Amino acid sequence: MRVLRVVLLLLLFWLVGYPLLLTLAAALGVPHPTLAHFAEFASRPAEWQALWASLWISVATVVLSAAVGVPLAFVFERAEFPGRRLLSALVALPVALPPLVGVVAFLFLYGESGFASRAIQSLFRLEQPPWRLSGPGAILLVHAYSMYVYFYLFTRAGLARLDAAFLEAAASLGASKTRTTIRVTLPLLVPALTGAALLTFMTSLSSFSAPYVFGGSFRVMTTQIVASKLNGDDALAMVETVTLAAIGLVGLVLLRRAERARDVAGAVRGVAPRRQLGRARSAATAAGWVLAILLLLPHLTLLIVSLVPRNTWTTEAFPPVLSLSNYAGVFSEPEHLRPIVNSLWMAAAATAAALVLGFAAAYLARRGRSRTSSALEALIAAPWALPGTVFAVALATAFSVDAPWAGRFVLVGTPLILPLAYLVRGLPLTGRSSLAGLAQMDPALEEAAASLGASPARRLGRVVLPLLRPALTAGTSLAFLAAFGDFVVSVVLYTYSTRPISIEILSSLRLQEIGVAAAYGVLLTGISAAAFLAWGERPGTA
Amino acid sequence: MTGFLELDSLEKRFGDLPVTRGVSLTAQKGEIVALLGPSGSGKTTILRLTAGFESLDAGRIVVEGEDVTGLAPERRRFGMVFQHYALFPHMTAGENVAFGLESQGAPRDMIAKRVAEMLAATGLSGLEKRKVTQLSGGQQQRVALARALAPSPRVLLLDEPLSNLDPSLREKTRRELKRFIGRIGITTLFVTHEQEEAFALGDRVALLNAGRLEQIGTPEDLYERPATRFVATFIGRSSVLPAYWRKPEARIVGGPAWTAVEGAPVPDGAEADLVVRPEGLAFAGTSAAGALEGTISERRFAGLAAYFGVATAAGEIEVLAPAAAHREGDRVAVVPSAAGPAPRVFPRSA
Repeated sequence: MRVLRVVLLLLLFWLVGYPLLLTLAAALGVPHPTLAHFAEFASRPAEWQALWASLWISVATVVLSAAVGVPLAFVFERAEFPGRRLLSALVALPVALPPLVGVVAFLFLYGESGFASRAIQSLFRLEQPPWRLSGPGAILLVHAYSMYVYFYLFTRAGLARLDAAFLEAAASLGASKTRTTIRVTLPLLVPALTGAALLTFMTSLSSFSAPYVFGGSFRVMTTQIVASKLNGDDALAMVETVTLAAIGLVGLVLLRRAERARDVAGAVRGVAPRRQLGRARSAATAAGWVLAILLLLPHLTLLIVSLVPRNTWTTEAFPPVLSLSNYAGVFSEPEHLRPIVNSLWMAAAATAAALVLGFAAAYLARRGRSRTSSALEALIAAPWALPGTVFAVALATAFSVDAPWAGRFVLVGTPLILPLAYLVRGLPLTGRSSLAGLAQMDPALEEAAASLGASPARRLGRVVLPLLRPALTAGTSLAFLAAFGDFVVSVVLYTYSTRPISIEILSSLRLQEIGVAAAYGVLLTGISAAAFLAWGERPGTA
Repeated sequence: MTGFLELDSLEKRFGDLPVTRGVSLTAQKGEIVALLGPSGSGKTTILRLTAGFESLDAGRIVVEGEDVTGLAPERRRFGMVFQHYALFPHMTAGENVAFGLESQGAPRDMIAKRVAEMLAATGLSGLEKRKVTQLSGGQQQRVALARALAPSPRVLLLDEPLSNLDPSLREKTRRELKRFIGRIGITTLFVTHEQEEAFALGDRVALLNAGRLEQIGTPEDLYERPATRFVATFIGRSSVLPAYWRKPEARIVGGPAWTAVEGAPVPDGAEADLVVRPEGLAFAGTSAAGALEGTISERRFAGLAAYFGVATAAGEIEVLAPAAAHREGDRVAVVPSAAGPAPRVFPRSA
């Protein structure tokens, strides 16, 4: 057992910790240590601007997401109105949309030549499109759209855990509903809201697709890193990566503290009754449905644009011709099908490996109480806290050198590097869900199996794995979705022959083939949704 | 002394904290031994060490002459019933009971036969296909017992087997458990923090305190001949008075001298603790020789008799007497009762 722990620890370190250390070393100019690169970073206004942009965009994203997500959670958790159940599921939909696809859908809907702007342009007979979707405003719009879900889900969970007796106590002490909300409910939600805020902040900090597509000359750290890398300014890219990683790590520490605090927040004794709304009922219903349509519009847009054949939509408000020709094109030519096949096999292989490694690390970490346990847990959590761009650059740094004696091989440019990168990115998803599942499992169950004569393998196969299945399938499907829809890591590490769907979407857009781009987007979303439904929605059977 | 199950000088520390310090005990074949003690006394650790879930720092565990100290739990052939049963929630009652037999690689028809037999013996016939989550607490307890016994273990280990049941169910289950284990004749070690449970189920009781074995013996031994001050005060009701020991008398500080028995050796003339049981005391006239005077501070009615709390100059003591003997506030005199257990002296504890 101890040997296995050490081997696993070394393997995870090689995959997660080592590339980061090599990046740090490169930023410090090793083998000739110098702070010159950091000094250069600090002397350039553009760098400070990108850093500042990353921070303020993230803070603004948190504020906007909270403004949307928290009230929404209150409405869905506390009010009863027709369609509530269906709508409450729809509201969580934006997380299911791969980030790049969401960005592209927004472009088609609200962009210069999107449906919304064309409609207004033709309605008011304008010469020019009424707006341009670019810069920080566009980025914030997309962020708020996809990230309010964290606030929505955390707040709902927090409200559901809230002991109804607190509210009854406040009422019996003569507090009005408003006063109860301000003095009792919200303070008790603080841990949940802190968790959501940090998660949103970190997600926004690592966001790449929206700043990449809409940012233009407005750069945040993630896009700045990729730009430096593309310009061949490797040393600067390393310094930027290290800086971004440092911010991410601070966020991780804060988040873990918030998570610990959340555990104290309450044992549920009763559930707050859903209030039947009087006059407000129809207003809530209407608002709910309008919101759902707004949320679904990007998906719908994507679907319509995917049906627009090449060069058929010029100035009309609505595309004049709709056909399946784009899909036919994808499926008739092997070269066009290739990105889908690439994404499928790379994501599947990476996810399978992430499942095995993540579970093994979590299992061994739970078994012992030694220092290796915390090291294992830290290694499986780190890739989650650090932006994808950081890992992409770190892996590119570590695996572009041939030095087998130092554990370094030339993997960049080979079909192995992307699955490896997806694997690293998937580790926290499979590992953390394994940890959570194991934490909920009574250790006496394994002991009971042992006392009944079951060997370690049989205990794992007959008791531990069957009981962890819901947690493992959830983690696995999330890891697969992340890998299958990945753009952040792919854009740094892909090669032409291993290009994934996201890269193909981007290059179709560059070639003005919006229909083809949308068709890939629909396929990506469709396969993701199918995978999610096939694996994720079966908690009742275990 | 050799027995069927021997625990020999068990030592275990968690970090710097010793949880069992040289505990040795022996159980004969078919004997039921209760491990009794307050929480933190190390009783559960001893059970887990015996099962093999914790590894020993020093000492040995021997069964039927075989040293199993270094053996993994799955190879010891000890059955265990866990405090919260630890039934596998994804299996039926029958599958739970079959689990241990499958681990042994028993043939299918034999497993089916044995499962039916065990379920019938525990009164669970017909519930074989039931999910364990759909069973009542009492039924779950019986499935746990059937599961532990199905593979015919050498020793049965029970961790607080009744603590998870409703108080109303506990006494009935305790009787059934005693009868059932007795019928099978399996050597059993069980943990409890309740004296009544230990006395009712155990042939012998091992009383633990702070990781040490204070005394092992029959319930009568422990009650009538406690070996330490801890045993004397933990088992049954008792009061402790400060005294000086002048064999065969203990002079109570600020009170009379009473004839007493040495529970443990006390040097002549030394400070001692005098331990008296409520039924070992009686009320006497205030002028009676050797009487300890005080005031009734509390009266707790218990059917035929009542427990009287008496505040004396030496401290609070408890006396069992006819219910109508006195009322709160009465001035009384207390003397040792000739009929009850004699007062016992122990070295003054730090």
